[in-house]
Amino acid sequence: MAVTSTETVPVVSEADIVKVRRCVRESAAKLGFSLVDQTKVVTAASELARNTVIHGRGGRMELATLNGPRVGIRLIFEDKGPGIPDIDLALRDGFTTGSGLGLGLGGSKRLVNEFELKSRVGEGTKVTVIRWK
Amino acid sequence: MEKIPILRMGEFLLVTIQVDMHDRLAMTLQDDLTNRISQTGAKGVLIDISSLEIVDSFIGRMLGNIASTSRVLDAETVVVGMQPAVAITLVELGMSLDGVRTALNVDAGMELLRRSVSGHEESEYGSYFH
Repeated sequence: MAVTSTETVPVVSEADIVKVRRCVRESAAKLGFSLVDQTKVVTAASELARNTVIHGRGGRMELATLNGPRVGIRLIFEDKGPGIPDIDLALRDGFTTGSGLGLGLGGSKRLVNEFELKSRVGEGTKVTVIRWK
Repeated sequence: MEKIPILRMGEFLLVTIQVDMHDRLAMTLQDDLTNRISQTGAKGVLIDISSLEIVDSFIGRMLGNIASTSRVLDAETVVVGMQPAVAITLVELGMSLDGVRTALNVDAGMELLRRSVSGHEESEYGSYFH
């Protein structure tokens, strides 16, 4: 898996969620993603960024473009927040600890091709997603 | 503070969302619209989202909340102009915008609002005489 470029964006405030959307949109467009695929990966990024801000108490996103053998975008959202005690439960639609609909994690998983969630209570959470072109 | 303008046209309120909305702006719009409906006694709200490049669960929830709140205040809400890519993504995300009326464009949306308002009056008229 050849990583051609990476970029790190702080994900701390609401304004950062908008910034994340712009960065991901730009990269997806540059890689030649179709409009639907761009929209899917940007929407997934928006959900994950909001989780990082609200539940992770802020963190960062690393955006990498993958080139070869397949072309894609990899996003890693990392925070040093409280962590997720029950990952299976957190991924279930409708589960929420906040005021949302509980579609953030499960929903964003459906919008990408690869999804990996690692979390340790008291240490933080790392979500890695890939959307292939 | 940044705000999304709300226009009044007869008994309807019109909103065109033209910016990439951050969460607080969405909440502000929800509050502003509720206040305007109550102040003006508007019978319908038309929200044009044709410029929105994504609708995530937060914005989707806001649209649902606006529709429910305005219904309680006796106003209909129609969301118009959703881009096809946004619609596909929203459904895959798991949101179907239950309870939110939609139309393809502003014309169709206005027609829907006019019809729902006049239909409402006719039925009241009907029940008065029967």
